[in-house]
Amino acid sequence: MPEYLLEIRNLQVSVPDMRGNHQLPGAVIVRDVSASLEKGKVLGLIGESGAGKSTIGLSSLGYGRGRVTITGGEIILNGRNILHQDRAGLNAMRGKEVCYVAQSAAAGFNPSKRLIDQTIEATLKHKLMSRREAIARAKDIYRALSLPEADRIGDRYPHQVSGGQLQRVMTAMALCSNPDLIIFDEPTTALDVTTQIDVLASIKAVIKRFGVAAIYITHDLAVVAQIADQIMVLKDGCMVEIGTTRQVIEAPREKYTKALLSIRSIEHEEQAPDDDPILQLENVTASYGSTPTVLNEVSCELSRGQTLALVGESGSGKSTLARVVTGLLAPDTGVVSFNGQPLSALIAQRSKDELRRIQMINQMADTAMNPRHTVRKIIARPIQFYFGKQGSALSQEVELLIEKIGLETDQADRYPAELSGGQRQRVCIARALAARPDVIICDEVTSALDPLVGDEIIRLLLNLQKEESIAFLFITHDLATVKSIADSVAVMHKGKLVRYGVKSKVLSPPFDDYTDLLLSSIPEMTPGWLETILANRKMEAAGH
Amino acid sequence: MHIWGISPGAFFGLLFCSGIVLSAIFAPLITPYGEAEIVGGVWEPISQKHWLGTDNLGRDLLSRIIYGARTTLTIAAAATLVSFTLGAALGMIAAEAGGFVDQFMSRCVDLLMSIPTLIFALVVLSVMPGTILTLILVMGILDSTRVYRLARAVAVDIRVMDYVEAAKLRGEGRAWIILHEILPNAISTLIAEFGLRFIFMVLFLSALSFLGLGIQPPEADWGGMVKENKAGIVFGIPAALAPAAMIAMLAISVNLIADWILNRTSSLRGKSADA
Amino acid sequence: MPRVLVLVAQRIALGCLLLLTISILIFAGTEILPGDVAEAILGRTATPENLENLRRELGLNEPTYVRYFQWLCGMFQGDLGSALSSGADISEAVGYRLKNTLFLAAFASVLSIPLAILLGLIAVRYKNRFFDKLISALTLAAISLPEFFIGYVLILLFGVQLAWLPTVSIVGEDMSIGQRLTVTILPGVTLSLVVLAHMMRMTRAAILNVIEAAYIETAELKGLGKFSVIYKHALPNALSPIVNVVTLNMAYLIVGVVVVEVVFVYPGMGQYFVDHVAKRDVPVVQACGLIFAAIYILLNLVADIISILSNPRLAHPK
Repeated sequence: MPEYLLEIRNLQVSVPDMRGNHQLPGAVIVRDVSASLEKGKVLGLIGESGAGKSTIGLSSLGYGRGRVTITGGEIILNGRNILHQDRAGLNAMRGKEVCYVAQSAAAGFNPSKRLIDQTIEATLKHKLMSRREAIARAKDIYRALSLPEADRIGDRYPHQVSGGQLQRVMTAMALCSNPDLIIFDEPTTALDVTTQIDVLASIKAVIKRFGVAAIYITHDLAVVAQIADQIMVLKDGCMVEIGTTRQVIEAPREKYTKALLSIRSIEHEEQAPDDDPILQLENVTASYGSTPTVLNEVSCELSRGQTLALVGESGSGKSTLARVVTGLLAPDTGVVSFNGQPLSALIAQRSKDELRRIQMINQMADTAMNPRHTVRKIIARPIQFYFGKQGSALSQEVELLIEKIGLETDQADRYPAELSGGQRQRVCIARALAARPDVIICDEVTSALDPLVGDEIIRLLLNLQKEESIAFLFITHDLATVKSIADSVAVMHKGKLVRYGVKSKVLSPPFDDYTDLLLSSIPEMTPGWLETILANRKMEAAGH
Repeated sequence: MHIWGISPGAFFGLLFCSGIVLSAIFAPLITPYGEAEIVGGVWEPISQKHWLGTDNLGRDLLSRIIYGARTTLTIAAAATLVSFTLGAALGMIAAEAGGFVDQFMSRCVDLLMSIPTLIFALVVLSVMPGTILTLILVMGILDSTRVYRLARAVAVDIRVMDYVEAAKLRGEGRAWIILHEILPNAISTLIAEFGLRFIFMVLFLSALSFLGLGIQPPEADWGGMVKENKAGIVFGIPAALAPAAMIAMLAISVNLIADWILNRTSSLRGKSADA
Repeated sequence: MPRVLVLVAQRIALGCLLLLTISILIFAGTEILPGDVAEAILGRTATPENLENLRRELGLNEPTYVRYFQWLCGMFQGDLGSALSSGADISEAVGYRLKNTLFLAAFASVLSIPLAILLGLIAVRYKNRFFDKLISALTLAAISLPEFFIGYVLILLFGVQLAWLPTVSIVGEDMSIGQRLTVTILPGVTLSLVVLAHMMRMTRAAILNVIEAAYIETAELKGLGKFSVIYKHALPNALSPIVNVVTLNMAYLIVGVVVVEVVFVYPGMGQYFVDHVAKRDVPVVQACGLIFAAIYILLNLVADIISILSNPRLAHPK
């Protein structure tokens, strides 16, 4: 029998109510979870929001947020049951045997202390080294994580370094005291895709170099496939399956795991653009007040009944483009034409019919709907407003739309707060459909949703496009989504269009540098993809 | 615990407030003696004849408190109305207009708020004729700065919400956006704030009257009654405490109601955040 | 020049500008009085000749802006003119009373600040438990109580019933510090109670804001003891909001002084101010108004500067 570093047996975690009652329905948030981890190995925890991943991760430190309490099972680290430790016993283990890397490094660092002092704090607290040795070790780890200016970066304050760097410093902080186990809680989720790959690579490198074991928590199966030896799939606080990475990825046993694996595999046959586009942008330049231009000479076209995907990282100007098209922001120069006619710059100057024919769906469905309106009122208003329908004709049409987007008609009198995230986004889609538009602008409509839910929204949109022949201007940062929905693709970088054309052309070589970087940074499920891609980049760099 | 869905604190508050308002309205019917009628000796103790005793001139204290409620509540309500109308209108205009108008009005408000309200009121009252209208206007205008800030913040906040943007994109007119999108979300904050401003006015008016700069005798008002009877305190006569306690009770009641309204709203919002 | 210094300099300049504008406002406000000071002084005995003489004597025939600058220059040199009602020198009266008021305010601060912080900490420690709820209920009551109610209850209890302390707080120049403190206890306690609730509530919010930050969790997960977490991570970040709260409440305290002084017949600025408002004695009102405004603005300025200086983003720019 192998010697396990960490053993979790039948773990149960609950949130008691204010009076400390554990017995309420819904109080148990993790039930009957078991796993074991050998020295130097990585266990990946994967699941959607509410699956209990972070809760299990923090339980390994004997910690629960707020009123979260461990109510059953055993957690054995280095032969000692964590649940039997008192506060002093836990403090002796935390920061020495097991360390934690939080999702948001920006919030996880004390804003008023230098990075180096925070990095070596746990090491000094547990009296593992002298201050000089600890600093030397910290700098060594900074270097191993390929942080720039490793000797000096520690003298900075948290707000003085970038998000990706801060996440690496936090990893260094966890590694400094040479622990046996590190819990990584979604360390790359908040980062842009091109930054994510670098952070991921350096985390993987140091895990190997320092021989530390890790629990790696994420919602992205492709990310965990690159880093974990074992994967545990979780859903609603219960274990779905656990196995080696290769087994889970290549031969999943459970239906849920298969569903997770098939994420973003929707196929969409590309259509050729026609000569008479419904929406056309010509040399559009835009800015907010006196700030430098956010949008620089952008020209592109959207054909009737097709999808133009607008791809870029945060700050690329893609949302600004949506604001220009909708008339929320007047362009500095350039023309937006709709149906062959130039559109007025601002909403106030556009006709009601023009407004009706361009609709918009936002990223955050919960703020896009008035919390005091029912689903019925939300969907009915555009029909009332644009077509003047009243009474039974109106409610008939509303119910038709509710069925069309896959909700039950008895949900019509609920408030948005009473719906799930996916359902809310569906209501927003119904509201846009209600205007019978020619174009719908979809601004990151799936990025706030769990991947499985997001996929269903994409399927819904594709169906609707087929039935109603609506054109989508689909804005996203996620190239995988682009593959499953777009006919044409426009890649944006720092306010400029760097690549534009039909999907098959844009997504196949030869690439420009930025598109290449963007495309190759999307994690793939195949184990070993990370090494291959990094090796390729190194070779290319050497070749140049 | 809850009575008709109202928290016990708020229930007590509502009970007390309606009691006060009703007795103020029907004062001539329920008071045993007239407002300025001298009916006994100076500072008589509590008795069957005078439930709260008599005041410094031998007038019935209970009757004066009930008449005092009339004056105090009316003037405070009028001043609140001035402050609310002015503050809310200007605040929303500033938020809607933006740019220079907003900048100018906001700086003016900053200026007015950079001196404590009481000090400012004292300076103004030293030169203005001491009428009730002056009092209402001075209190209302000085306090409207706070309403202005709140109204502007609420309007700016909601204006940038996605659902308001969605309504604008639909082509909705300004009236519809304000009535159907903004108001339903701001109403409870505004009601609670109205209560808080009102109680601030009661306290403010009482302070002014207590200092001898508010309502002038012989008309009864609570702050003024404290002033009239304060000399008795050092002889152990608590007549001044009765009107003071009324002010305190009213303030606590309104605060309890406002607290309840605000909590209820935030718990509604909280539910939407969790779901 | 570092950005922090620029910001601080800007704030100070803004404060000066504000004070100047306020002085104009106060001067202009008191100018709208129908009639003028000369009429006010002479009252019914006024004849056109002696009015004209007095106006010339007081310089009232000068244009308004000239008189404003004369008044302002006087203020800067500590010459506040003389009171209409008594003809007494305002500077002298104000000097003595300002000292008394500051003594009272300092007394109330010494009493309320540590207590407010302590209660705030306890409320955070027992958050959402009985003690926290009790404190917040008492806070609600305290915010609702008028200053004179608290004051008279205290007088009735400790001055009359128990007779431990004097019922009026008249202080004289020749009092020993012990006597002075004895008479200041009741007004001091009243004033403290008035600001205590506010200060405690704000302190509680400031500390909670820090305690619930993610970096506190990071520190706990490093295995630091409770004391280290608070001392090394929470306190440095909570200090500046708390100092800010304290300064803001001291500004509030300065206003509360007006009513409390009248309740206790305490010979301070507030009492003096109110008396002369009633007498419509414009020069005194102008002087007192400006002094109160200046103290208030100064305290707010200090609060602003403290929060600028303690912001790590400003102290260590990118």
